[in-house]
Amino acid sequence: MALELRDIHKHFWDVKANDGISMILAPGKIHGILGENGAGKSTLMKILSGYLHKTSGDILLDGRPLHYSTPAEASALGIGMLYQDPLDFPVMSVLDNFMVGQKGVLRNRKPFFRKRFAELSRSIDFTLNPDTPVATLTIGERQQLEILRLLSLGIRVLILDEPTTGISSAQKEVLFSALKELGRQGRNVILVSHKLEDVEALCDTVTVLREGRVTGEMDAPFDTSELLRMMFGAPPKLTLREKVSPGEEVLHLEGVSAPGGRTGLSDCTVTVRRGEVIGLAGLEGSGQDVFLRIASGLIRPVAGSVRLGGTPMNGKDYHCFRTAGVAFQPASRLEEGLIRGLTVTEHYALQDRRQGLLVRWDDAYSTAGSKIEKFQVIGAPEYRVESLSGGNQQRILLSFLPDRPRLLLLENPTRGLDMESVYWVWEHLDEFCHSGASIVFSSSELDEILMASDRILVFFNGKIIKDVKKEETSSMELGRAIAGKTS
Amino acid sequence: MSDFHVTILLASVIAAAAPILLATLGETITEKSGIINLSLDGTILLSAMCAFVIALKTDNILLGFVAASLVGALVAGMVAFFSIYLKQSQVAVGFVLTLMTRDLAYFIGSPYSRMPGPQVGPMPVPFLSEIPFFGDVLFRHNLPVYFSMVMIGVAWWYVYKTRLGLRLRSVGENPEASYARGINPNRVQMVYALCGGLLVGLAGATFSLCIKPGWGQPQGAEGTGWIALALVIFGGWNPVKAALGAYLFAFLQVMSIYFQGWLPSIPAQVFQVAPFPLMIFILVIMFFAQRESFVRWAKDKPVVRAVIRALSSAAPSSLGRRYSEE
Amino acid sequence: MADYVQNGQRISAGQYTETVGDYIREGVLTLVVVLAFTTFVLFIAGAPPLDAYYHIFKGSLGSWGKFTHVIKAWIPLTLCSCGLLYTFRIGLWNIGVEGQVVMGAIFTTYALRFGIATPFPLVFLALSFAAGIAGGALWALLAGFLKTKGGVHEIFAGLGLNFVAQGTVLWLIFGPWKRPGVASMSGTEIFPTDLWLPYISSLRISPIGLACALGALILTAAMLRYTRVGLYLKAIGNNPNSAYLLGLKPNRYMLIAMICAGGFAGLAGSMQVAGVYHRLIPSISSNYGYLSLLVVMLANFNVWIAPLVAFFFACLNVGSIQLPMMLQLDSSLSGVIQGTLVLATLAVHAWRIRQKTRGARP
Repeated sequence: MALELRDIHKHFWDVKANDGISMILAPGKIHGILGENGAGKSTLMKILSGYLHKTSGDILLDGRPLHYSTPAEASALGIGMLYQDPLDFPVMSVLDNFMVGQKGVLRNRKPFFRKRFAELSRSIDFTLNPDTPVATLTIGERQQLEILRLLSLGIRVLILDEPTTGISSAQKEVLFSALKELGRQGRNVILVSHKLEDVEALCDTVTVLREGRVTGEMDAPFDTSELLRMMFGAPPKLTLREKVSPGEEVLHLEGVSAPGGRTGLSDCTVTVRRGEVIGLAGLEGSGQDVFLRIASGLIRPVAGSVRLGGTPMNGKDYHCFRTAGVAFQPASRLEEGLIRGLTVTEHYALQDRRQGLLVRWDDAYSTAGSKIEKFQVIGAPEYRVESLSGGNQQRILLSFLPDRPRLLLLENPTRGLDMESVYWVWEHLDEFCHSGASIVFSSSELDEILMASDRILVFFNGKIIKDVKKEETSSMELGRAIAGKTS
Repeated sequence: MSDFHVTILLASVIAAAAPILLATLGETITEKSGIINLSLDGTILLSAMCAFVIALKTDNILLGFVAASLVGALVAGMVAFFSIYLKQSQVAVGFVLTLMTRDLAYFIGSPYSRMPGPQVGPMPVPFLSEIPFFGDVLFRHNLPVYFSMVMIGVAWWYVYKTRLGLRLRSVGENPEASYARGINPNRVQMVYALCGGLLVGLAGATFSLCIKPGWGQPQGAEGTGWIALALVIFGGWNPVKAALGAYLFAFLQVMSIYFQGWLPSIPAQVFQVAPFPLMIFILVIMFFAQRESFVRWAKDKPVVRAVIRALSSAAPSSLGRRYSEE
Repeated sequence: MADYVQNGQRISAGQYTETVGDYIREGVLTLVVVLAFTTFVLFIAGAPPLDAYYHIFKGSLGSWGKFTHVIKAWIPLTLCSCGLLYTFRIGLWNIGVEGQVVMGAIFTTYALRFGIATPFPLVFLALSFAAGIAGGALWALLAGFLKTKGGVHEIFAGLGLNFVAQGTVLWLIFGPWKRPGVASMSGTEIFPTDLWLPYISSLRISPIGLACALGALILTAAMLRYTRVGLYLKAIGNNPNSAYLLGLKPNRYMLIAMICAGGFAGLAGSMQVAGVYHRLIPSISSNYGYLSLLVVMLANFNVWIAPLVAFFFACLNVGSIQLPMMLQLDSSLSGVIQGTLVLATLAVHAWRIRQKTRGARP
């Protein structure tokens, strides 16, 4: 069955996430939807799967327009979606998860579904134990469960949103071979990704989106540089930073292990020197998040020692690290960085660490004004932070960094920013290095890591599997290391 | 103490626990779907008043029970409506309703204070009540008490062993995922708020028509709703464990009467309020038992570990959170 | 918890503005709903609705004497509301405020008992107020510790402590502090008049009580608006995670907020003992703690609207005392009106937001 999207628009208030998208998806093929973060891929797929309502446009199946407004209606029509964050129930068992949403009233029919589960698993070579709680599964296994469940509903169009984020290379192989099998069975598989290598490895045809519009289509074999052009417009320029020679030790981790995140962190030994910029590469949630939180005192290690400029910091809390000159900036801006409901001025008033009973509102207001000017924020001191755009929120967060920090720990500092803002952020961060600070940052963009760092640590499954100077590596080698291959 | 006393004690515990049990089970079901109905304390009073007045006026006990359960469902339905359709805080609305329904009960019920009225008579189960000891403890009660005992099993079976129960739990855990799977979380929450409210209403009727017959100000049911709310946490959102909690609480209540007799030097007020701090104490213990350091310490202590496992619990992940599409 | 405090405040995602006309329309609609419901309730109770409303009005504002009773109720209500503004600001549901009033009353009574037949009654009166504040704060701190260190939700911790405080009052009245002769529900023995809160006899109003309430309002407004503590409470209430990362210690400020709330509630307890009943009685708190939660919610957590709402609620409470005498109705009608008012306000406002955001949606 051929699926056709015709002039799809989706507006969130005044943001046009999808701005007139049309495409035809042929059956029996694996169709890639490519685009960088924020290109409108996820929105489009959520519309297709019935989770979001489109502002205007038509979806046609074999030429007949489809009308549905919920995921359930979509799946009754044979369209199912695997979401980026698996939508499941961690406390329940695999089998219970498999059963939620299946028809039925009182009777459980567990044996029937157990059999069905086993049959489907066999057909695409998945090996899941139906009785384990989902909370103990890896992301890859949770995806497998969700695919099995969708298949059991008779899905003919399967949409996968960034399925390779956070899963191991072995699981990726299992996933890809299953998807190829589904394609052979005549199903329509749609793979949404911002990773070229996934698309090249799997897809028969690809559509590229940028800023809510279709910028091109291509059949396999793909011309990589042409795809890049369609994704980014002009290929990204890599500016070379002036090198600062590393000085004395700032942070030292010796055999540190801690639980947390998806994988935890085990047996990590790293030294960060003065003036260094270290990029943490790896699939999201491979231990970088835990590393940054240990280095900032938010997670206490269960083994190993943490030293800051020679002083042991074990057992100290985040606020001690803060006073010692460590600044941490989390990835989720409105959840962990800024405070919804407070104005920009109030945020600067919070930053004012001088003693005294009263808030110095005048000072805070003028600080806000000057910072807004210096950091080129589009907004005003009396704006509430949640009314600012993502890029401007990031700029506000950057302006919170202390004037003379010792160590900056930044989690995905440029996520969701356009290229221009990315360059602006790094120009600003470089100034910190010149004044003697060290920077450790994580990023899901390899290009950014190669552009900004002096040294790169590659995380895989909770371990550092590569520690290399930038000059001595290449994006190919790093890409392989991120997927777990160090040889 | 002679055997005779133990029988009476246990039988009175079973009877006294009935309304607490019904309210706790009702609230457990409601909270499993992700809605907190904080209005229990007032709802129980209002439904107790309605049950008594209706039964008195119509001279029909059954109608009293029906009215009470409808009142319970109505109040719970308001909490759910405010949360689902008006996006208001469940805690705020529940709290206001607690006070409002209590005053409403006192206001409308005041002409019926201290009036003699109908009450449910005992109904020993044939044959079973002849069993020595157990017959006396379990099978010489009235219908609502039997109903409360049966409901423990029914609630457990429904929540954990049926497809509808699975749907109920899935909404409480992750409404977004449930929606993606074709379940309407709003409707599920509304339905189980109403079902839970129904049981809470029955709890009220059980007070005014069986356990503490009649109406007055105070009625004697004051505080039960709060206890039921705490018991839901104590029971880890599991109907069977919550029921055990209800029996434990009823046991303490009954025992306080005995203690008063045995230890006249300790004032009666201490025994009356003792269960409440005890409840807090247990909640604190449960909190500490779930701490990592404590779990490590208990690793090589099988008894402690077993106790922790029995006490450990997790609230439905989206409890109290408002769900909205898009 | 932050969104509980935020509720009723204008949501910022919806790009629309509220006009004065909107507020008036909402207000009128709310009043219509409340009147309809209470009239219905009165109809059920078989009472003439207009007479009931008339007696409530006449019983509260009908004479100077009645008005002084309203003021006597307004003072503790306002004090408790001020305290709750701190805890709501940081996102805590301080249901324990009721017990904090009771504890304040107990501590005040304890201190006053030493002042009987001494040459400096005023010293003991002052001391008793300090004791009341300390008692309320202590009780609140206990709930705060249960919350921050013991993982017990503040609603349950507060409630449990309310019951304990109530039990303590009963125990004291029937035990250690019982009247010579027979202990009874009428409370402890009345204090000599030199230990009463001084009041202007021609007006029958205590200037000290009024000054306390007004002072509490101004202090609270200033604290929340101008001090760092006020800003920190708001920051933590809106997002404890971010606030921690920005260098604040949420637990510490939760305890501070609880102490403030408990202190004001304790002072309200002192007023009840020294200014109103002049002894400890079982229902010493008059339910003002619970009622003040409604006051603050209805005032949308605004310092300057709270005293107005408190005044209205005080009128209802005092006025409805007439109902049993005049119409053989229970005085709990005031509670029904108050609760309905809060619910109707929430509902009408939320419903209008719903209409507006619907219309604004593309």
